Amino acid sequence: MAGSEPKATLGLARELGLTADEYDRIIQRLGREPRYTELGLFSALWSEHCAYKHSRIFLSRLPTQGPRVLQGPGENAGAIDIGDGWAVVFKMESHNHPSFIEPFQGAATGVGGILRDIFTMGARPIAILDSLRFGDPDDPRTRRLIDGVVSGISWYGNCFGCPTVGGEIAFAPEYAGNPLVNVMCVGLVRADRIFRARADGVGNPVFYVGNKTGRDGIHGATMASATFDEHAHERRPTVQVGDPFTEKLLLEACLEAMASGAVVGIQDMGAAGLACCTSEMPARSHTGMEVELDRVPQREIEMTPYEILLSESQERMLLVAARGREAEVKAIFARWELDAVEIGRVTTGDDLVIRSQGEIVARVPVEALSEAPRYDKKRTRPAWLDGALAFDPLTLAEPDDYDEALTTLLGAPTIACKEWAFRQYDQQVGINTLVLPGSDAAVLRVKGTSRALAIATDGNGRQVFLDPRRGAAMAVCEAARNVSCAGARPGGVTDCLNFGSPERPEILWQLAEAVEGIAEACRALELPVVGGNVSLYNETSGRAILPTPIIGVVGVLEDASRLATQWFKAAGHRIALLGPDAVSLGGSEYLWVFHRTVGGTLAPLDLGVERRVQGAVQAAIGAGLALSAHDCSDGGVAVALAEACMTGPEPIGATVSVSTEGRTDLTLFGEGPSRVIVSVDPVRALEFEALMAESAIPWRWIGATGGERLRIGRGATTVVDADLRGLQHAWRRGFERHVA
Amino acid sequence: MRFGVVVFPGTWSDCDFHYVISEALHQPVKYLWHRDRDLSGFDCVILPGGFSYGDYLRAGAVAGRSPVVDALPDFVARGGYVLGSCNGFQILCEARLLPGALMRNECLQYRCQSTQLRVENVETPFTRGMRAGQVLTMPISHGEGKYYAEPDTLAALRRNRQVVFRYATAEGQLTKAANPNGSLENIAGIINEDGTVLGLMPHPERAAERAMGGTDGLLIFQSLLGTLVEDGSFLKR
Repeated sequence: MAGSEPKATLGLARELGLTADEYDRIIQRLGREPRYTELGLFSALWSEHCAYKHSRIFLSRLPTQGPRVLQGPGENAGAIDIGDGWAVVFKMESHNHPSFIEPFQGAATGVGGILRDIFTMGARPIAILDSLRFGDPDDPRTRRLIDGVVSGISWYGNCFGCPTVGGEIAFAPEYAGNPLVNVMCVGLVRADRIFRARADGVGNPVFYVGNKTGRDGIHGATMASATFDEHAHERRPTVQVGDPFTEKLLLEACLEAMASGAVVGIQDMGAAGLACCTSEMPARSHTGMEVELDRVPQREIEMTPYEILLSESQERMLLVAARGREAEVKAIFARWELDAVEIGRVTTGDDLVIRSQGEIVARVPVEALSEAPRYDKKRTRPAWLDGALAFDPLTLAEPDDYDEALTTLLGAPTIACKEWAFRQYDQQVGINTLVLPGSDAAVLRVKGTSRALAIATDGNGRQVFLDPRRGAAMAVCEAARNVSCAGARPGGVTDCLNFGSPERPEILWQLAEAVEGIAEACRALELPVVGGNVSLYNETSGRAILPTPIIGVVGVLEDASRLATQWFKAAGHRIALLGPDAVSLGGSEYLWVFHRTVGGTLAPLDLGVERRVQGAVQAAIGAGLALSAHDCSDGGVAVALAEACMTGPEPIGATVSVSTEGRTDLTLFGEGPSRVIVSVDPVRALEFEALMAESAIPWRWIGATGGERLRIGRGATTVVDADLRGLQHAWRRGFERHVA
Repeated sequence: MRFGVVVFPGTWSDCDFHYVISEALHQPVKYLWHRDRDLSGFDCVILPGGFSYGDYLRAGAVAGRSPVVDALPDFVARGGYVLGSCNGFQILCEARLLPGALMRNECLQYRCQSTQLRVENVETPFTRGMRAGQVLTMPISHGEGKYYAEPDTLAALRRNRQVVFRYATAEGQLTKAANPNGSLENIAGIINEDGTVLGLMPHPERAAERAMGGTDGLLIFQSLLGTLVEDGSFLKR
């Protein structure tokens, strides 16, 4: 068969996404022309998706260490110690390109891929969160994408049996040709039972386990490393097809095999499939590997070595077992009715040797496959920024009627209730979910301990567009603040960096600045980044998405019974606004909804204040003083107040008085970091005041809960006086009317 | 009372039932594998939620013909109880241990939400600890939960008081809005004529602890356990 394969040439290398320089480098490294199959290995493993060629030099800026970090970046997922012998394993990944081409399977296999990343570490997945971005919701194509993506997530997660507990859905026209599907998964494992993707122990058998290999997803990694044009739909065959049932069996079989002690190392066959596992696992252990492709379980006939190696068929793992324990491994997988076939072994030296039908089709040093070039290309501050930043939102007219303006804003698809999506997701399987979707963070208990985990994702493309550094830092702060609003202490970060083509200097500048902003915020909040992914080339026909780093934060709540949710709990409670007054309409949801404009400057971010505000919120919740806590985010303090009034089991009104400085639209709808609304039982107001004084943060009482209306005053003037039922109706319908 | 929780390939509520039975009810509980046929060590067998065998044919169709389900008629004849929730209810219908069928939700989408159930018959071993007309809160999580049966079957169910739970408002009204999946006559759960096999779409194991938002689901188990304490006959057998 190998004899009939095409000859590797520069032309072929180019077709596979490699450059002439990269092709030369391969020849130099091997000391000869690559074979056809070898070229396939290089093209996949040197793709942007696998090798981070354009982003690695920035990623090294991120803080990845901390006293609780058990596993940082570089493995299937990161892990932090949460106490009592438990570790939380988590990671976020994108599946943007496949989801645009085929929304249902693209999103479904995005869920499948991240679930495997978690359980290859030995952890049982306990929660999924999805961060989704779509184009204009009025566009019928958007509706088709939303429907496909949401039902794909629902289908895969529900059938597998992992609850979907949070995430966000936001809209901007820049995502029309490149929707974002970022999926975060969180799992639990005993801290001393974490597994890694290593091929240790010369002579140990290498097992292929799980689903059979077909031709689906060949060159998926390469597809994800290029921009789209009008022929994007011709790439549907590069999208994988998921089978959540098999994934569930794989989960149970893998965890059982790991518990048996027969497993040495294990890696998910994700992007670049078998090629990726057979090179990365020995590379981590400084060993080699020999693999016999004829033994690989296949569900199509006459597959070439190239196809078998690069297939991205789902629900497969490569497992290195302890020599002599082969029968145990086979028995466990047989019980779960899955293939477990010995396809090779760990060898000395550092070569990956691949055989097919008695011939060697590839012999490559495993190091070479991980030595993709790293680019430090030209970066340019985009010329378009000056105009955008110079725009002054306060030159626009104020709304005449603020009741109406607030109602409109609550009905904006990005702000409106997302129940239409969440009710399609199982949110409770595993019976850990203490706070369901609909509060600042999801909260899940850790059974057998007094602890719980709070989890949130965040990212605001418009803010990052206007100021990548500050916008990305604000995303870290907001995700951490959401976790703090549940009463938890943020413990670690995973990120998904979604940008346009790195071959454009402006995009690369956005990426570099955003990573710097994430790094600054993480250092200030002492949050290690333990894993994540980079998704570049999110462009269609030359139009890039808004630069969108999505940040996932996991926090630990020491006492699960001391948690807070965002909604007011009873009438007669006092309401306080913690944090600075400084807000801006620059890049705000208000500016977009009312004026279809993205411009202006962002509010200042003081990371010291941010840290103290979060500490104060955690302390107030922990002491039972703050009975609700809600972050002021999209739509400013007015939207945050309305949400606190109407998202609980029973609507509870409020009467508040806000700052009299500046224009009313700026005060009500302006967005700024470090701001949290809390409610306090008046009998404990003095204690609360003492705690705030100790925290050294700006804060003040702004009003009290009660009634069936939201009343917001400025000095002697009432600017909003709205019936909660009307606000709630707008909020409930705002997203659903576009999709149902 | 000795509980057995059946694990089919693709079951996912097995661990949740196991947790609630051992941690909240402090009863002995073991897992049963789908290939097991020997149920002699158990008093109550639970068929939990999930996607047995992937539910790629019809929900519960393959599991309804599995070895463990084959053994259920004998188990019941010998005095055993069977509780099927969610996928378990679908399996019981597929196995003809309960009449009717569960079809795709009327909205054609998966639904995970809280529901209210009006208790229709308190004279069953699973409900005798409840009050007539009591409204329970329990979540659902399914894509195929629309109960359907032929008119004469429905008439027989009514006649024999086999409808145990109906979706209702908090006040106990049977409205269309309270029915999350389009089930005929708002049916959420039914029992066999002997009162020994209960199937329901909602998840009692998800409403068994205050931390999870309510404990109404426990009433089913407490009724079952109370039955044994009161008449004692089953334990002696």
